[in-house]
Amino acid sequence: MNYIASIGSYAIMVKEVFKKPTKWGIMKSLILKEIDELIYGSLGILIFISFFIGGVVAIQTALNITSEIIPKYLVGFATRQSIILEFAPTFCSIIMAGKVGSYITSSIGTMRVTEQIDALEVMGVNALNYLVFPKIIAMLFYPFIIAIAMYVGIFGGWVAGVFGGFSTSADFVEGLQLDFNTFHVTYSFIKTLVFAFILATIPSFHGFYMKGGALEVGKAATTSFVWTSVVIIILNYILTQLLLG
Amino acid sequence: MIEVDNIHKSFGDAHVLKGITTRFDKGKTNLIIGQSGSGKTVFIKCLLGLFTPEEGTISYDGKIYSELSGSEQRNLRQEMGMVFQGSALFDSMTVEGNVRFPLEMFTKQSVSEMQDRVDFVLKRVNLIDAHHKYPSEISGGMQKRVAIARAIVMNPKYLFCDEPNSGLDPKTAILIDNLIQEITQEYNITTVINSHDMNSVMEIGEQIIFLKNGIKEWEGTNKEIFKTDNKAVTNFVYSSELFKKVRQMYIEERN
Repeated sequence: MNYIASIGSYAIMVKEVFKKPTKWGIMKSLILKEIDELIYGSLGILIFISFFIGGVVAIQTALNITSEIIPKYLVGFATRQSIILEFAPTFCSIIMAGKVGSYITSSIGTMRVTEQIDALEVMGVNALNYLVFPKIIAMLFYPFIIAIAMYVGIFGGWVAGVFGGFSTSADFVEGLQLDFNTFHVTYSFIKTLVFAFILATIPSFHGFYMKGGALEVGKAATTSFVWTSVVIIILNYILTQLLLG
Repeated sequence: MIEVDNIHKSFGDAHVLKGITTRFDKGKTNLIIGQSGSGKTVFIKCLLGLFTPEEGTISYDGKIYSELSGSEQRNLRQEMGMVFQGSALFDSMTVEGNVRFPLEMFTKQSVSEMQDRVDFVLKRVNLIDAHHKYPSEISGGMQKRVAIARAIVMNPKYLFCDEPNSGLDPKTAILIDNLIQEITQEYNITTVINSHDMNSVMEIGEQIIFLKNGIKEWEGTNKEIFKTDNKAVTNFVYSSELFKKVRQMYIEERN
Protein backbone atom coordinates (compact mmCIF):
# COMPACT_ATOMS: atom_id res chain seq x y z
CA MET A 1 0.00 0.00 0.00
CA ASN A 2 2.88 2.33 0.88
CA TYR A 3 4.49 1.66 -2.50
CA ILE A 4 1.32 2.69 -4.33
CA ALA A 5 1.08 5.86 -2.22
CA SER A 6 4.72 6.63 -3.01
CA ILE A 7 4.14 6.17 -6.75
CA GLY A 8 1.18 8.56 -6.49
CA SER A 9 3.24 11.12 -4.55
CA TYR A 10 6.04 10.81 -7.11
CA ALA A 11 3.58 11.49 -9.98
CA ILE A 12 2.19 14.54 -8.15
CA MET A 13 5.75 15.77 -7.52
CA VAL A 14 6.65 15.48 -11.22
CA LYS A 15 3.51 17.46 -12.13
CA GLU A 16 4.37 20.16 -9.56
CA VAL A 17 7.92 20.48 -10.93
CA PHE A 18 6.55 21.92 -14.17
CA LYS A 19 4.11 24.33 -12.48
CA LYS A 20 4.74 28.01 -11.67
CA PRO A 21 8.21 28.38 -13.18
CA THR A 22 10.96 30.33 -11.49
CA LYS A 23 12.17 33.52 -13.22
CA TRP A 24 14.23 32.60 -16.29
CA GLY A 25 17.20 34.74 -15.20
CA ILE A 26 17.51 32.75 -11.98
CA MET A 27 16.64 29.41 -13.57
CA LYS A 28 19.38 29.88 -16.20
CA SER A 29 22.09 30.15 -13.57
CA LEU A 30 20.63 27.20 -11.63
CA ILE A 31 20.69 25.03 -14.77
CA LEU A 32 24.32 25.96 -15.53
CA LYS A 33 25.27 25.16 -11.94
CA GLU A 34 23.57 21.76 -12.15
CA ILE A 35 25.22 20.96 -15.50
CA ASP A 36 28.55 21.66 -13.87
CA GLU A 37 27.72 19.58 -10.80
CA LEU A 38 25.82 16.64 -12.30
CA ILE A 39 27.28 16.30 -15.81
CA TYR A 40 30.76 17.83 -15.88
CA GLY A 41 31.43 16.58 -12.35
CA SER A 42 30.64 12.99 -13.37
CA LEU A 43 32.76 12.97 -16.52
CA GLY A 44 36.00 11.90 -14.82
CA ILE A 45 34.62 8.87 -12.98
CA LEU A 46 32.66 7.66 -16.03
CA ILE A 47 35.73 7.95 -18.30
CA PHE A 48 37.85 6.08 -15.77
CA ILE A 49 35.30 3.26 -15.29
CA SER A 50 34.44 3.00 -19.00
CA PHE A 51 38.09 2.61 -20.00
CA PHE A 52 38.73 -0.28 -17.61
CA ILE A 53 35.39 -2.03 -18.11
CA GLY A 54 35.98 -1.88 -21.89
CA GLY A 55 39.36 -3.47 -21.28
CA VAL A 56 37.91 -6.21 -19.08
CA VAL A 57 35.16 -7.04 -21.61
CA ALA A 58 37.81 -7.41 -24.35
CA ILE A 59 40.07 -9.61 -22.21
CA GLN A 60 37.24 -11.85 -20.99
CA THR A 61 35.87 -12.28 -24.51
CA ALA A 62 39.34 -13.17 -25.81
CA LEU A 63 39.95 -15.66 -22.98
CA ASN A 64 36.66 -17.41 -23.72
CA ILE A 65 37.48 -17.93 -27.38
CA THR A 66 38.97 -21.36 -27.14
CA SER A 67 37.92 -22.76 -30.49
CA GLU A 68 40.04 -22.10 -33.57
CA ILE A 69 36.94 -21.70 -35.75
CA ILE A 70 35.74 -18.62 -33.82
CA PRO A 71 37.19 -15.58 -35.59
CA LYS A 72 39.50 -13.24 -33.65
CA TYR A 73 37.47 -10.18 -34.67
CA LEU A 74 34.83 -11.37 -32.20
CA VAL A 75 36.79 -9.54 -29.46
CA GLY A 76 36.14 -6.15 -31.09
CA PHE A 77 32.57 -7.12 -32.02
CA ALA A 78 31.66 -8.26 -28.48
CA THR A 79 33.30 -5.21 -26.91
CA ARG A 80 31.36 -2.86 -29.19
CA GLN A 81 28.02 -4.60 -28.61
CA SER A 82 28.48 -4.86 -24.83
CA ILE A 83 29.56 -1.25 -24.44
CA ILE A 84 26.99 0.35 -26.74
CA LEU A 85 23.98 -1.79 -25.81
CA GLU A 86 24.39 -2.25 -22.09
CA PHE A 87 27.50 -1.02 -20.37
CA ALA A 88 27.40 2.66 -21.37
CA PRO A 89 23.68 3.36 -20.93
CA THR A 90 22.74 0.97 -18.11
CA PHE A 91 25.85 0.21 -16.07
CA CYS A 92 26.90 3.88 -16.15
CA SER A 93 23.40 4.87 -15.01
CA ILE A 94 23.66 2.55 -12.00
CA ILE A 95 26.98 4.20 -11.16
CA MET A 96 25.33 7.60 -11.62
CA ALA A 97 22.50 6.53 -9.28
CA GLY A 98 25.20 6.18 -6.63
CA LYS A 99 27.15 9.31 -7.46
CA VAL A 100 24.59 11.84 -8.69
CA GLY A 101 21.54 10.26 -7.02
CA SER A 102 22.96 10.30 -3.52
CA TYR A 103 24.23 13.85 -4.06
CA ILE A 104 20.76 15.01 -5.12
CA THR A 105 18.99 13.23 -2.24
CA SER A 106 21.40 14.40 0.41
CA SER A 107 21.54 18.01 -0.80
CA ILE A 108 17.74 18.35 -1.06
CA GLY A 109 17.27 16.30 2.14
CA THR A 110 19.64 18.59 4.04
CA MET A 111 17.65 21.57 2.79
CA ARG A 112 14.50 19.88 4.12
CA VAL A 113 16.08 19.13 7.53
CA THR A 114 17.44 22.67 7.93
CA GLU A 115 14.05 24.18 6.92
CA GLN A 116 15.50 25.80 3.78
CA ILE A 117 12.68 24.23 1.73
CA ASP A 118 10.13 25.62 4.21
CA ALA A 119 11.81 29.01 3.78
CA LEU A 120 11.35 28.79 -0.02
CA GLU A 121 7.69 27.79 0.37
CA VAL A 122 6.96 30.56 2.87
CA MET A 123 8.37 33.07 0.39
CA GLY A 124 5.91 31.77 -2.21
CA VAL A 125 8.56 30.00 -4.32
CA ASN A 126 7.56 26.73 -6.00
CA ALA A 127 10.32 24.77 -4.24
CA LEU A 128 9.94 21.73 -6.50
CA ASN A 129 10.36 23.82 -9.63
CA TYR A 130 13.27 25.73 -8.11
CA LEU A 131 15.13 22.61 -6.94
CA VAL A 132 14.19 19.79 -9.32
CA PHE A 133 13.53 21.41 -12.72
CA PRO A 134 17.16 22.57 -13.20
CA LYS A 135 18.32 19.02 -12.45
CA ILE A 136 15.98 17.54 -15.07
CA ILE A 137 17.20 20.03 -17.70
CA ALA A 138 20.85 19.46 -16.74
CA MET A 139 20.36 15.70 -17.09
CA LEU A 140 19.25 16.21 -20.71
CA PHE A 141 23.00 16.51 -21.33
CA TYR A 142 23.54 13.04 -19.87
CA PRO A 143 23.57 11.33 -23.33
CA PHE A 144 26.67 13.40 -24.18
CA ILE A 145 28.70 11.80 -21.40
CA ILE A 146 27.29 8.41 -22.27
CA ALA A 147 28.52 8.95 -25.86
CA ILE A 148 31.97 9.73 -24.42
CA ALA A 149 31.72 6.62 -22.22
CA MET A 150 30.99 4.54 -25.35
CA TYR A 151 34.09 5.87 -27.15
CA VAL A 152 36.33 5.48 -24.11
CA GLY A 153 35.00 1.98 -23.34
CA ILE A 154 35.68 0.77 -26.87
CA PHE A 155 39.10 2.46 -26.78
CA GLY A 156 39.82 0.65 -23.47
CA GLY A 157 38.86 -2.63 -25.15
CA TRP A 158 41.20 -1.89 -28.06
CA VAL A 159 44.09 -1.02 -25.71
CA ALA A 160 43.58 -4.18 -23.61
CA GLY A 161 43.03 -6.39 -26.68
CA VAL A 162 45.97 -5.12 -28.74
CA PHE A 163 48.56 -4.35 -26.05
CA GLY A 164 47.58 -7.39 -23.99
CA GLY A 165 48.26 -9.61 -26.97
CA PHE A 166 44.67 -10.91 -27.24
CA SER A 167 43.91 -9.49 -30.67
CA THR A 168 45.54 -7.57 -33.49
CA SER A 169 44.46 -4.02 -34.15
CA ALA A 170 43.15 -5.00 -37.57
CA ASP A 171 41.04 -7.86 -36.15
CA PHE A 172 39.68 -5.64 -33.41
CA VAL A 173 38.72 -2.85 -35.84
CA GLU A 174 37.17 -5.40 -38.21
CA GLY A 175 35.01 -6.63 -35.31
CA LEU A 176 34.02 -3.07 -34.47
CA GLN A 177 32.79 -2.48 -38.02
CA LEU A 178 31.09 -5.85 -38.48
CA ASP A 179 27.28 -5.76 -38.88
CA PHE A 180 27.07 -2.33 -37.31
CA ASN A 181 23.44 -1.39 -36.72
CA THR A 182 22.98 2.33 -36.14
CA PHE A 183 19.64 1.71 -34.42
CA HIS A 184 21.56 0.18 -31.53
CA VAL A 185 23.04 3.61 -30.83
CA THR A 186 19.59 5.21 -31.10
CA TYR A 187 18.19 2.55 -28.74
CA SER A 188 21.01 3.27 -26.34
CA PHE A 189 20.37 7.03 -26.34
CA ILE A 190 16.61 6.54 -25.89
CA LYS A 191 17.38 4.46 -22.79
CA THR A 192 19.87 7.06 -21.60
CA LEU A 193 17.31 9.87 -21.82
CA VAL A 194 14.73 7.86 -19.87
CA PHE A 195 17.36 6.98 -17.25
CA ALA A 196 18.40 10.65 -17.07
CA PHE A 197 14.86 11.61 -16.08
CA ILE A 198 14.80 8.83 -13.48
CA LEU A 199 18.22 9.89 -12.14
CA ALA A 200 17.00 13.47 -11.67
CA THR A 201 13.56 12.79 -10.24
CA ILE A 202 13.67 9.70 -7.97
CA PRO A 203 16.56 11.00 -5.80
CA SER A 204 14.84 14.41 -5.69
CA PHE A 205 11.64 12.72 -4.51
CA HIS A 206 13.45 10.91 -1.70
CA GLY A 207 15.23 14.09 -0.62
CA PHE A 208 12.23 16.41 -0.88
CA TYR A 209 9.78 14.28 1.09
CA MET A 210 12.18 12.94 3.72
CA LYS A 211 11.37 13.39 7.40
CA GLY A 212 13.72 13.46 10.35
CA GLY A 213 17.28 14.63 10.90
CA ALA A 214 20.82 14.05 9.69
CA LEU A 215 20.63 10.27 10.15
CA GLU A 216 17.52 10.11 7.98
CA VAL A 217 19.31 12.09 5.24
CA GLY A 218 21.83 9.24 5.04
CA LYS A 219 19.05 6.64 5.03
CA ALA A 220 17.15 8.56 2.34
CA ALA A 221 20.29 8.64 0.15
CA THR A 222 20.64 4.86 0.47
CA THR A 223 16.95 4.24 -0.23
CA SER A 224 17.11 6.58 -3.19
CA PHE A 225 20.08 4.67 -4.65
CA VAL A 226 18.27 1.34 -4.25
CA TRP A 227 15.04 2.55 -5.85
CA THR A 228 16.74 4.46 -8.65
CA SER A 229 18.74 1.30 -9.51
CA VAL A 230 15.64 -0.91 -9.33
CA VAL A 231 13.62 1.40 -11.59
CA ILE A 232 16.52 1.69 -14.06
CA ILE A 233 16.85 -2.10 -14.27
CA ILE A 234 13.11 -2.63 -14.73
CA LEU A 235 12.88 0.11 -17.36
CA ASN A 236 15.96 -1.31 -19.09
CA TYR A 237 14.12 -4.61 -19.50
CA ILE A 238 10.90 -2.95 -20.71
CA LEU A 239 12.66 -0.64 -23.17
CA THR A 240 14.78 -3.47 -24.54
CA GLN A 241 11.67 -5.56 -25.10
CA LEU A 242 9.87 -2.64 -26.76
CA LEU A 243 12.72 -1.37 -28.92
CA LEU A 244 14.66 -4.52 -29.80
CA GLY A 245 12.23 -7.35 -29.05
CA MET B 1 -4.05 41.73 11.87
CA ILE B 2 -4.38 37.95 11.87
CA GLU B 3 -7.56 36.32 13.14
CA VAL B 4 -7.64 32.63 13.98
CA ASP B 5 -11.01 30.99 14.40
CA ASN B 6 -11.35 27.54 15.96
CA ILE B 7 -8.56 25.74 14.11
CA HIS B 8 -7.94 22.04 14.49
CA LYS B 9 -4.96 20.12 13.17
CA SER B 10 -4.19 16.41 13.48
CA PHE B 11 -1.42 14.10 12.31
CA GLY B 12 -2.84 10.59 12.16
CA ASP B 13 -4.27 9.88 15.61
CA ALA B 14 -2.47 12.81 17.23
CA HIS B 15 -4.86 15.77 17.61
CA VAL B 16 -2.27 18.56 17.91
CA LEU B 17 -4.36 21.75 17.74
CA LYS B 18 -7.77 21.56 19.40
CA GLY B 19 -9.87 24.54 18.44
CA ILE B 20 -7.63 27.58 18.88
CA THR B 21 -9.27 30.98 18.52
CA THR B 22 -7.22 34.15 18.89
CA ARG B 23 -6.19 37.43 17.27
CA PHE B 24 -2.74 38.87 16.56
CA ASP B 25 -2.71 42.67 16.38
CA LYS B 26 -0.77 44.87 14.00
CA GLY B 27 2.28 46.74 15.32
CA LYS B 28 2.56 44.43 18.32
CA THR B 29 4.88 41.57 19.19
CA ASN B 30 2.52 38.66 19.75
CA LEU B 31 4.05 35.70 21.57
CA ILE B 32 2.94 32.09 21.49
CA ILE B 33 4.37 30.30 24.50
CA GLY B 34 4.06 26.81 25.89
CA GLN B 35 6.05 23.71 26.69
CA SER B 36 7.69 21.57 24.02
CA GLY B 37 5.00 19.50 22.33
CA SER B 38 2.23 21.96 23.14
CA GLY B 39 1.61 22.61 19.43
CA LYS B 40 3.41 25.96 19.03
CA THR B 41 5.37 25.01 15.90
CA VAL B 42 2.35 23.34 14.27
CA PHE B 43 0.32 26.47 15.05
CA ILE B 44 2.87 28.81 13.49
CA LYS B 45 3.17 26.53 10.44
CA CYS B 46 -0.62 26.71 10.08
CA LEU B 47 -0.36 30.52 10.23
CA LEU B 48 2.28 30.37 7.49
CA GLY B 49 0.15 28.16 5.28
CA LEU B 50 2.67 25.30 5.47
CA PHE B 51 0.05 23.11 7.21
CA THR B 52 -3.65 23.17 6.35
CA PRO B 53 -5.99 22.97 9.37
CA GLU B 54 -8.79 20.39 9.07
CA GLU B 55 -11.25 22.79 10.66
CA GLY B 56 -11.43 26.53 11.30
CA THR B 57 -10.18 29.57 9.44
CA ILE B 58 -7.21 31.92 9.48
CA SER B 59 -7.70 35.38 8.03
CA TYR B 60 -5.07 37.98 7.22
CA ASP B 61 -6.53 41.50 7.31
CA GLY B 62 -9.92 40.03 6.43
CA LYS B 63 -8.69 37.62 3.71
CA ILE B 64 -9.49 34.03 4.67
CA TYR B 65 -6.49 31.94 3.59
CA SER B 66 -8.39 28.76 2.74
CA GLU B 67 -10.77 30.68 0.45
CA LEU B 68 -7.96 32.17 -1.66
CA SER B 69 -6.88 30.66 -4.98
CA GLY B 70 -3.43 29.10 -5.32
CA SER B 71 -1.93 32.23 -6.87
CA GLU B 72 -3.62 34.48 -4.26
CA GLN B 73 -2.17 32.29 -1.51
CA ARG B 74 1.30 32.59 -3.07
CA ASN B 75 0.88 36.38 -3.33
CA LEU B 76 -0.16 36.51 0.32
CA ARG B 77 2.89 34.47 1.27
CA GLN B 78 5.06 37.10 -0.37
CA GLU B 79 3.69 39.49 2.27
CA MET B 80 4.98 37.20 5.02
CA GLY B 81 8.47 37.08 6.45
CA MET B 82 9.68 34.16 8.48
CA VAL B 83 12.62 33.73 10.82
CA PHE B 84 13.15 30.00 11.33
CA GLN B 85 14.48 28.40 14.50
CA GLY B 86 17.69 27.33 12.74
CA SER B 87 17.74 30.51 10.58
CA ALA B 88 17.24 28.36 7.40
CA LEU B 89 19.73 30.41 5.40
CA PHE B 90 20.65 29.04 1.99
CA ASP B 91 24.08 27.43 2.45
CA SER B 92 25.13 27.98 -1.15
CA MET B 93 24.56 31.75 -1.01
CA THR B 94 26.46 34.51 0.75
CA VAL B 95 24.79 36.71 3.36
CA GLU B 96 24.09 39.25 0.63
CA GLY B 97 22.76 36.54 -1.71
CA ASN B 98 20.39 35.26 0.97
CA VAL B 99 18.95 38.72 1.59
CA ARG B 100 18.79 39.56 -2.12
CA PHE B 101 17.04 36.27 -2.98
CA PRO B 102 13.39 37.38 -2.42
CA LEU B 103 14.05 40.60 -4.36
CA GLU B 104 15.46 38.66 -7.31
CA MET B 105 12.56 36.21 -7.24
CA PHE B 106 9.65 38.60 -6.91
CA THR B 107 10.60 42.11 -7.96
CA LYS B 108 11.71 43.78 -11.15
CA GLN B 109 14.20 46.02 -9.39
CA SER B 110 17.48 46.87 -11.09
CA VAL B 111 20.73 45.46 -9.70
CA SER B 112 21.60 48.79 -8.05
CA GLU B 113 18.12 49.15 -6.50
CA MET B 114 18.40 45.65 -5.07
CA GLN B 115 21.89 46.37 -3.75
CA ASP B 116 20.66 49.54 -2.04
CA ARG B 117 17.81 47.66 -0.39
CA VAL B 118 20.10 44.80 0.72
CA ASP B 119 22.62 47.28 2.16
CA PHE B 120 19.81 49.11 3.95
CA VAL B 121 18.30 46.05 5.66
CA LEU B 122 21.70 44.59 6.58
CA LYS B 123 22.59 47.92 8.15
CA ARG B 124 19.20 47.92 9.91
CA VAL B 125 20.02 44.60 11.58
CA ASN B 126 23.52 45.87 12.42
CA LEU B 127 25.40 43.63 10.02
CA ILE B 128 28.00 45.71 8.25
CA ASP B 129 31.00 43.57 7.27
CA ALA B 130 29.42 40.20 6.56
CA HIS B 131 28.03 40.79 3.05
CA HIS B 132 30.29 38.31 1.29
CA LYS B 133 30.50 35.66 3.98
CA TYR B 134 28.68 32.34 3.79
CA PRO B 135 26.26 31.27 6.58
CA SER B 136 28.78 28.68 7.83
CA GLU B 137 31.35 31.46 8.34
CA ILE B 138 29.25 33.58 10.72
CA SER B 139 28.02 33.12 14.31
CA GLY B 140 24.54 31.93 15.33
CA GLY B 141 23.55 35.46 16.37
CA MET B 142 24.69 36.87 13.02
CA GLN B 143 22.77 34.11 11.21
CA LYS B 144 19.62 35.17 13.07
CA ARG B 145 20.22 38.79 12.00
CA VAL B 146 20.62 37.69 8.38
CA ALA B 147 17.39 35.68 8.68
CA ILE B 148 15.61 38.79 10.03
CA ALA B 149 17.08 40.90 7.22
CA ARG B 150 15.86 38.37 4.65
CA ALA B 151 12.43 38.29 6.30
CA ILE B 152 11.98 42.08 6.19
CA VAL B 153 13.64 42.84 2.84
CA MET B 154 10.29 42.67 1.00
CA ASN B 155 8.56 44.94 3.55
CA PRO B 156 6.29 42.17 4.87
CA LYS B 157 2.94 42.82 6.51
CA TYR B 158 3.34 39.76 8.72
CA LEU B 159 6.50 38.59 10.45
CA PHE B 160 6.73 35.13 12.01
CA CYS B 161 9.60 33.98 14.20
CA ASP B 162 9.99 30.41 15.40
CA GLU B 163 12.05 30.46 18.59
CA PRO B 164 14.37 33.23 17.38
CA ASN B 165 16.50 32.97 20.53
CA SER B 166 17.19 29.27 20.58
CA GLY B 167 20.89 28.50 20.79
CA LEU B 168 21.88 32.09 21.56
CA ASP B 169 23.56 33.47 24.67
CA PRO B 170 21.28 35.64 26.89
CA LYS B 171 22.83 38.94 25.76
CA THR B 172 22.52 38.16 22.04
CA ALA B 173 19.01 36.79 22.66
CA ILE B 174 17.92 40.12 24.15
CA LEU B 175 19.48 42.00 21.22
CA ILE B 176 17.54 39.83 18.76
CA ASP B 177 14.31 40.30 20.77
CA ASN B 178 14.73 44.06 20.85
CA LEU B 179 15.55 44.14 17.14
CA ILE B 180 12.35 42.24 16.31
CA GLN B 181 10.29 44.56 18.52
CA GLU B 182 11.86 47.70 16.99
CA ILE B 183 11.20 46.43 13.46
CA THR B 184 7.61 45.53 14.38
CA GLN B 185 6.89 49.02 15.65
CA GLU B 186 8.91 50.82 12.97
CA TYR B 187 7.17 49.10 10.04
CA ASN B 188 3.83 48.48 11.80
CA ILE B 189 4.01 44.74 11.13
CA THR B 190 1.88 41.98 12.65
CA THR B 191 4.58 39.94 14.38
CA VAL B 192 4.00 36.48 15.82
CA ILE B 193 6.82 34.90 17.82
CA ASN B 194 6.92 31.33 18.92
CA SER B 195 8.99 31.08 22.09
CA HIS B 196 9.57 29.27 25.33
CA ASP B 197 12.15 31.78 26.46
CA MET B 198 10.90 33.63 29.54
CA ASN B 199 13.26 36.56 28.94
CA SER B 200 11.47 37.16 25.62
CA VAL B 201 8.12 37.00 27.39
CA MET B 202 9.21 39.67 29.86
CA GLU B 203 11.05 41.85 27.33
CA ILE B 204 8.73 41.94 24.33
CA GLY B 205 5.52 40.06 25.14
CA GLU B 206 2.99 42.76 24.32
CA GLN B 207 0.37 40.10 23.71
CA ILE B 208 0.87 36.49 24.81
CA ILE B 209 -1.06 33.31 24.26
CA PHE B 210 -0.19 30.21 26.26
CA LEU B 211 -0.77 26.82 24.65
CA LYS B 212 -1.11 23.58 26.54
CA ASN B 213 -1.73 20.28 24.77
CA GLY B 214 -3.02 22.09 21.69
CA ILE B 215 -5.50 24.27 23.60
CA LYS B 216 -5.26 28.00 24.26
CA GLU B 217 -4.98 27.94 28.04
CA TRP B 218 -4.40 31.62 28.71
CA GLU B 219 -4.11 34.98 26.93
CA GLY B 220 -2.75 38.30 28.19
CA THR B 221 0.25 40.66 28.30
CA ASN B 222 3.69 40.41 29.90
CA LYS B 223 2.39 42.49 32.80
CA GLU B 224 -0.66 40.31 33.33
CA ILE B 225 1.32 37.06 33.24
CA PHE B 226 2.89 37.99 36.62
CA LYS B 227 -0.52 38.33 38.23
CA THR B 228 -2.33 35.36 36.75
CA ASP B 229 -3.58 32.59 38.98
CA ASN B 230 -3.81 30.11 36.10
CA LYS B 231 -1.92 27.12 37.48
CA ALA B 232 -0.69 25.85 34.10
CA VAL B 233 0.75 29.28 33.26
CA THR B 234 2.39 29.79 36.64
CA ASN B 235 3.87 26.28 36.53
CA PHE B 236 5.35 27.07 33.13
CA VAL B 237 6.49 30.62 33.82
CA TYR B 238 7.90 29.97 37.28
CA SER B 239 9.53 26.65 36.56
CA SER B 240 13.00 28.14 37.12
CA GLU B 241 14.29 29.17 40.55
CA LEU B 242 15.07 32.68 39.29
CA PHE B 243 11.50 33.33 38.23
CA LYS B 244 10.13 31.76 41.42
CA LYS B 245 12.15 34.35 43.36
CA VAL B 246 10.95 37.14 41.09
CA ARG B 247 7.33 36.11 41.72
CA GLN B 248 7.94 35.89 45.47
CA MET B 249 9.41 39.41 45.44
CA TYR B 250 6.46 40.64 43.43
CA ILE B 251 3.95 39.13 45.90
CA GLU B 252 5.86 40.55 48.88
CA GLU B 253 5.98 43.98 47.24
CA ARG B 254 2.24 43.84 46.53
CA ASN B 255 1.46 42.92 50.13
